[in-house]
Amino acid sequence: MAESITPSNIFKDQGRVTTVGRASDDWKYKFFSYLLLTMIAFTMIVPFMWMISTSFKPEKEILRRNVFPIEPTLDNYSDVINKTDLPLWYKNSFIVAVMSTISVAFFDSLAGFVFAKYNFPGKRPIFIIFLTSLMVPTEMLLIPWFIMSSDPPIGGTWVDTYWGIAFPGVITASGIFLMRQFMQGVPDELLDAGRIDGVSEFGLYWRVAVPLSLPAIGALCIFNFLGNWNAFIWPLIATTRSEMFTLPVGIQQFSSEADTPWNLIMTGASLSVVPLLIVVIIFQRYIIEGIALTGLKG
Amino acid sequence: MEEQSGLVRTKRMTLAKKKVLWAYIFLAIPIVFFAYIRVYPALFAFQMSLHDYNPLAAEQPYVGFENYERLFEQLGKRKSQTKSAFQNTINYVLLGVPIQLCLALAISLMLNEIRFMSTLYRVMFFLPFVTSTIAIAWVFRMLYQPRFGLFNVILQLVSLPQQPFLRSPQQALPSVLALVIWQGMGFAIIIFLAGLKQIPRTYYEAAEVDGASRWHTFRYITFPLLNPSIVYLLVLQTISFLRMFAPVIAMTEQGRGGPLDSTVTVVLQTYREAFQSFNMGYASSLTVVLFALILGVTIIQLSVTSRRIN
Repeated sequence: MAESITPSNIFKDQGRVTTVGRASDDWKYKFFSYLLLTMIAFTMIVPFMWMISTSFKPEKEILRRNVFPIEPTLDNYSDVINKTDLPLWYKNSFIVAVMSTISVAFFDSLAGFVFAKYNFPGKRPIFIIFLTSLMVPTEMLLIPWFIMSSDPPIGGTWVDTYWGIAFPGVITASGIFLMRQFMQGVPDELLDAGRIDGVSEFGLYWRVAVPLSLPAIGALCIFNFLGNWNAFIWPLIATTRSEMFTLPVGIQQFSSEADTPWNLIMTGASLSVVPLLIVVIIFQRYIIEGIALTGLKG
Repeated sequence: MEEQSGLVRTKRMTLAKKKVLWAYIFLAIPIVFFAYIRVYPALFAFQMSLHDYNPLAAEQPYVGFENYERLFEQLGKRKSQTKSAFQNTINYVLLGVPIQLCLALAISLMLNEIRFMSTLYRVMFFLPFVTSTIAIAWVFRMLYQPRFGLFNVILQLVSLPQQPFLRSPQQALPSVLALVIWQGMGFAIIIFLAGLKQIPRTYYEAAEVDGASRWHTFRYITFPLLNPSIVYLLVLQTISFLRMFAPVIAMTEQGRGGPLDSTVTVVLQTYREAFQSFNMGYASSLTVVLFALILGVTIIQLSVTSRRIN
């Protein structure tokens, strides 16, 4: 008799009382979860499908109600590539995003390394000034930036230059903060051992801290690239000539004429979105973990 | 022996000094950058808001608080573009943030319980978030079109009346909002899922042993323990809705925030004042008010989070 009152038996017995209800409940819950999730996932995908499908429709099919093109055509793509500046916008977006991502990867990690591993007078106030700049919305800086760009200290004008589009984002406070958090994990012993071996301070950063922080730097680079690729409000202000537009600015200007060329806009949107989606799908695990880890917003 | 330790000490001293020197060298460019690209322009914006700043005019006279007076005068009027901008922005926040977070929380709770295909769902919910807002806003604009837009095609299939969506002053704001909620939800889902992962499994096992219902488990375990994620997202999403710009400029006729100013936001109004009318002084005063709003939200967050720690 005494044997039946073992802890595991109590657990099992009580478990059975509730799980009879729970098990069927669980099954129903899972079923409805999958049903709802599938429906929601469908609404997530439909706009992309519509976009791609429209990009293959000839102009006369736009006003018809078919979801998929009846006579699929590549005309929209050749029109967009040959008759608009889209190839240039593509190049501009790419150059700006790569430029600022390289700069952010270097300067943010270097500053993060200093804040994590060095003690110097003024460290706290400098760090606090860096952080408070996060609270100032970019929108407040747009007008001063524009005035500064038209009459900068170096060079004639920054308007319609790659530097002019990129400069607000070449060093970021959020990136410095992220890198500081991560670099605090670099062991001091390793750095001291390096110093004894005669490694320079920059060598410690470059050959010890950076290799140990590659996952964080990678996440920072991905978000920074995405953020710059999709950036809109500053490139809109910093560019006036179509040859210097980035992709989002260019797509926005497509419609300025009286008629809205829906098939061309959808083609431009597809060209701007699809390559990135493929990259994101390939690196999805890394990106999702990066966001969860850092709380960074692209 | 003694000599050697003395040598070590002086060597250490110079090493400490060397480290300080290198710290400043490494930080030199970032410090100059932040001073010139972040701090100075912020102060410049305050200063501009006290001037009648028109870049095309010969002079930018000091006008004191006239721009702010004009702003509040506009807000006091029965109807003005500035008033609509602030009213709409508050509507976007008050409607958008709760709806988006509730949806994201519900989806996260479901996603958290399933194994099969959960990665696939996660990626699908997350794709809109990494997409260019301008591109996808144009896609939604097409979906909302009368006659050939997908939404009206569906309405016709189920024999419901056609809707004007973006062309109606009543429906335009919710239509824009739907896109923004749809696009930003994936981010909230990821943060919620990360928060849910932090909750120890043993709490749920204990609750199950006690025979707690699903609702009770959510109410007394999940919700309180998810609080940090909720506060974090509330602040972040409130700020991002306050700063709304791209979806409105892409989805409204000539980017004007219409029809009848029904979708215009504070940032869009700032953009139009500054870069279309060149009233940069007045526009700066608008951004200063926006800054104050964002600062208020941040301070509330800091006080809420620090109270919890105490």
